[in-house]
Amino acid sequence: MNRMIARVWDSDFCFSFRRSPVALVSALLLLLVVAGAVFSPWLAPHDPSDLASLSVMDSFRPPAFIGGADSGWAWPLGTDDQGRDLLSAIMYGTRISLAVGALAIAFALAVGIATGLVAGYVGGVVDSLLMRIADIQLTFPAILIALLVDGVVRAALPRDVHDRAQVYVLVFAIGIARWPQFARTVRGSTLVERGREYVMAARVIGLPSWRIMLSHILPNVLGPVLVIATLNLGLAILDEATLSFLGVGLPPTQPSLGTLIRIGNDFLFSGEWWITVFPGATLAVLVLSINLLGDWLRDALNPRLR
Amino acid sequence: MFAFIISRLLQAIPVLLVVGFIAYAMFAFVGDPVTIMLGQDTTEAQRAALVHQLGLDQPFLVQYAHFMWAALHGQFGISYRLARPVSDLIFERLPATVELSLTAAVLALLVGVPMGVYTAIRRDGLLARAFMIFSLVGVSLPTFLIGILLILVFAVLLGWLPSFGRGEVVRFSHWSTGFLTISGWRSLVLPAITLGLFQMTLIMRLVRAEMLEVLRSDYIKFARARGLPERAINFGHALKNTLVPVITIVGLQIGGLLAFSIVTETVFQWPGIGLLLVQSIGVADIPVMSAYLLLVALLFVGINLIVDLLYYAVDPRLRVDRRALTGTR
Amino acid sequence: MTLLEVDGLTVEFPTRRGLLRALDQVSFSIGAGEVLGVVGESGAGKSLTGAAIIGLLEPPGRIAGGQIRLDGRRIDTPTREQLRPIRGRQIGAIFQDPLTTLNPLYSIGRQLVETIQTHLQLSDRDARARAVRWLEEVGIPAARQRIGAYPHEFSGGMRQRVVIALALCAEPRLLIADEPTTALDVSVQAQIIALLKRLTRDHGTAVMLVTHDMGVIAEAADRVAVMYAGRIAEIGPVRAVVQQPAHPYTQGLMDSIPSLQHRVGRLRQIDGAMPRLTAIPAGCAFSPRCPKVFHRCRVERPDLFDAGDTRAACWLYDA
Repeated sequence: MNRMIARVWDSDFCFSFRRSPVALVSALLLLLVVAGAVFSPWLAPHDPSDLASLSVMDSFRPPAFIGGADSGWAWPLGTDDQGRDLLSAIMYGTRISLAVGALAIAFALAVGIATGLVAGYVGGVVDSLLMRIADIQLTFPAILIALLVDGVVRAALPRDVHDRAQVYVLVFAIGIARWPQFARTVRGSTLVERGREYVMAARVIGLPSWRIMLSHILPNVLGPVLVIATLNLGLAILDEATLSFLGVGLPPTQPSLGTLIRIGNDFLFSGEWWITVFPGATLAVLVLSINLLGDWLRDALNPRLR
Repeated sequence: MFAFIISRLLQAIPVLLVVGFIAYAMFAFVGDPVTIMLGQDTTEAQRAALVHQLGLDQPFLVQYAHFMWAALHGQFGISYRLARPVSDLIFERLPATVELSLTAAVLALLVGVPMGVYTAIRRDGLLARAFMIFSLVGVSLPTFLIGILLILVFAVLLGWLPSFGRGEVVRFSHWSTGFLTISGWRSLVLPAITLGLFQMTLIMRLVRAEMLEVLRSDYIKFARARGLPERAINFGHALKNTLVPVITIVGLQIGGLLAFSIVTETVFQWPGIGLLLVQSIGVADIPVMSAYLLLVALLFVGINLIVDLLYYAVDPRLRVDRRALTGTR
Repeated sequence: MTLLEVDGLTVEFPTRRGLLRALDQVSFSIGAGEVLGVVGESGAGKSLTGAAIIGLLEPPGRIAGGQIRLDGRRIDTPTREQLRPIRGRQIGAIFQDPLTTLNPLYSIGRQLVETIQTHLQLSDRDARARAVRWLEEVGIPAARQRIGAYPHEFSGGMRQRVVIALALCAEPRLLIADEPTTALDVSVQAQIIALLKRLTRDHGTAVMLVTHDMGVIAEAADRVAVMYAGRIAEIGPVRAVVQQPAHPYTQGLMDSIPSLQHRVGRLRQIDGAMPRLTAIPAGCAFSPRCPKVFHRCRVERPDLFDAGDTRAACWLYDA
């Protein structure tokens, strides 16, 4: 066991990780932000959804380190217009942002893998039709698709439903906007796998197509698409933040990082900069560290570029 | 050449038809246009009249054909929210968006390409490293955050530049431009930087990556072995070979520019079609949304055509293949 | 008269696992108008020697020791930009794959004119005339009409002719030809070698001809250097090296070449493989594979000794 750990530690992969301070620092930061978000119910000083604890008296308190006598360490990063503790709101908001991003990618993966498998395995007209749709969609920026899908679904749902269902609407909109990339990758690898002997063998013994696809091809095509999915997580989080910032994402009663930045944007000119700046910085750190890790990962897996 | 353009245009028609179908389906099935336009308390006769006027009593495909025919003539229906023809709304706001996107694109190219070349040639230089770090920040920060940051620094703290609107504009019949007034230019600075920054860093990273690839190639080695000056090698031989992939991405990015102009326009309250779209989505103003969708599709088709023509200008190999294909060689 | 002198040339690559010595104390010289063949297996350092001479080592590779002199002037120390007037004008180079050595986006005429004007003070018209003359000289039919053509409009053999014209158009005194025929069809190979021979003889150009093809060497070279694991194993007149090789490695090499004249029962091969550059044995690099190895070979590195008509790095010839 120890030897195995030592071997992993000594591998080229880990070597370049240990040698890259950028990768180390961003992994650390990412871990910090994610842990703060995931464990927010236990770590956060306040519960921002607990309306009873809010008081207008506490609104617009500046961060503790510049507030002097005016505020206490009860609100380390100050409060927003409704007297919510900003630090807690950020922790809970990051949690929502991460959840929406991850769910959206999971949804996009499900759709993309299913279409990619079918297109690659069945081929013919089905393949060209599905890939043509994917191609058309790929010419439009993902955020635009997400925005339009989000708008249409909002319009289709009755008003009282859509505030409650907004998380799922967002997951659907962002996921639909990002499936083509996964579908194309899976289709590519499926085409390769389809020609292999083990698939031939499975066909010869008469397994139904869906079983060949699910239990034989799928495990072999999953690797590359999962790597792309990880790299896309940062983008999905940005999509959610952007939609929420535009006011078509999560409502202020259930704020994500984007919603918090939107709320704070209204108070930029009256001097309450912290309501925007701290959620913004959190989002920036989150996405920057994901991108830095992704960049490093790509270089580490592609030694020619070193 | 001419045949090539024609064939590309023919390929674009199905795309436009599909997008038009989606746009119309949105209009016909999402929400109830009649109720939205007339309100709740109306007589059955009024409803029937509107249903007939909108053509909603006809078969779906006929409705779709009518819709596309009208769209072809620039008619996209009436906005639910503002009760004005959508085409008027869009043409009023188009100049603002076009001027913003154009400025941002020019900015991104004029700064991004030289930075990319520089970072590729001076790979380990201090300034090149600084550029790379800057570019990573530019790629990672969401557009709206960059906008807010710029407003905070240059409008709120320093008070140098305005934070919203287009400033004074000069009108020429259908077009209004901010390029002719000082306040127009001052208003343009922050939004253009916000919108252009992402593209700029993207172009820079792309040019750098392609350039490094090309600089490793045999023909660059051979050019060096012939004693050609570094400048001729870098800018004459390497940069031109870098251009082909760069044109593709830049072409695709113009689409991104339009998409992110929505965000930028919202941050800076810039009166363009992006802001119009966001306001319309907020209140489910479907006619504006479908018109926007169609307009964007049309624009992308045009951009793709231009990209193809640029390839043709840069790469002689394509010219020959094409001649061979069309049999005019 | 000596044109190029390479003296104790050592090239190193820093890697994660320490310094890698790719060339180790390589010394030879080329006279004016002389053709020196350089042979050896892949990785023996043939191409690297050529790259070091024209100052185009790929970083992080660097010259760690020794000297390179052209006409007695050192050319191993100056920086890239100082070497530039020498490249193309004094030393030309051609590479293995003609398909990738021409810039695909410029016409061959433009590439020729650009090269000519870099080195010679000629007007556009004179440079163009010279370009046409060179294309005719390397045997491009209808040169005047085809000067505006792009590289992809030529076949592989024709492209290598264009490459040769590009390398020689400023009339360098030394040409480094790195595997100039390897990527070509066999039928075209002989034509290109004949062309190179004729051109360099007519213009009095010395050639360093890098190849792993002994047939090409026998055909074109005056002298030959045999390289092994980054060192020179044997060097001498081509006839002597081919007919009476002194070094056991050269002997093995010659035995492994099929010959049309003398029918041998069976081709022989050298057992084992060339060591990796990270694990070169102490003493003679060939010692683990050498049939005539003795104790001294394993501890001490041999210099080049006179061995009949050639010079060989082998303790057998230690006088």
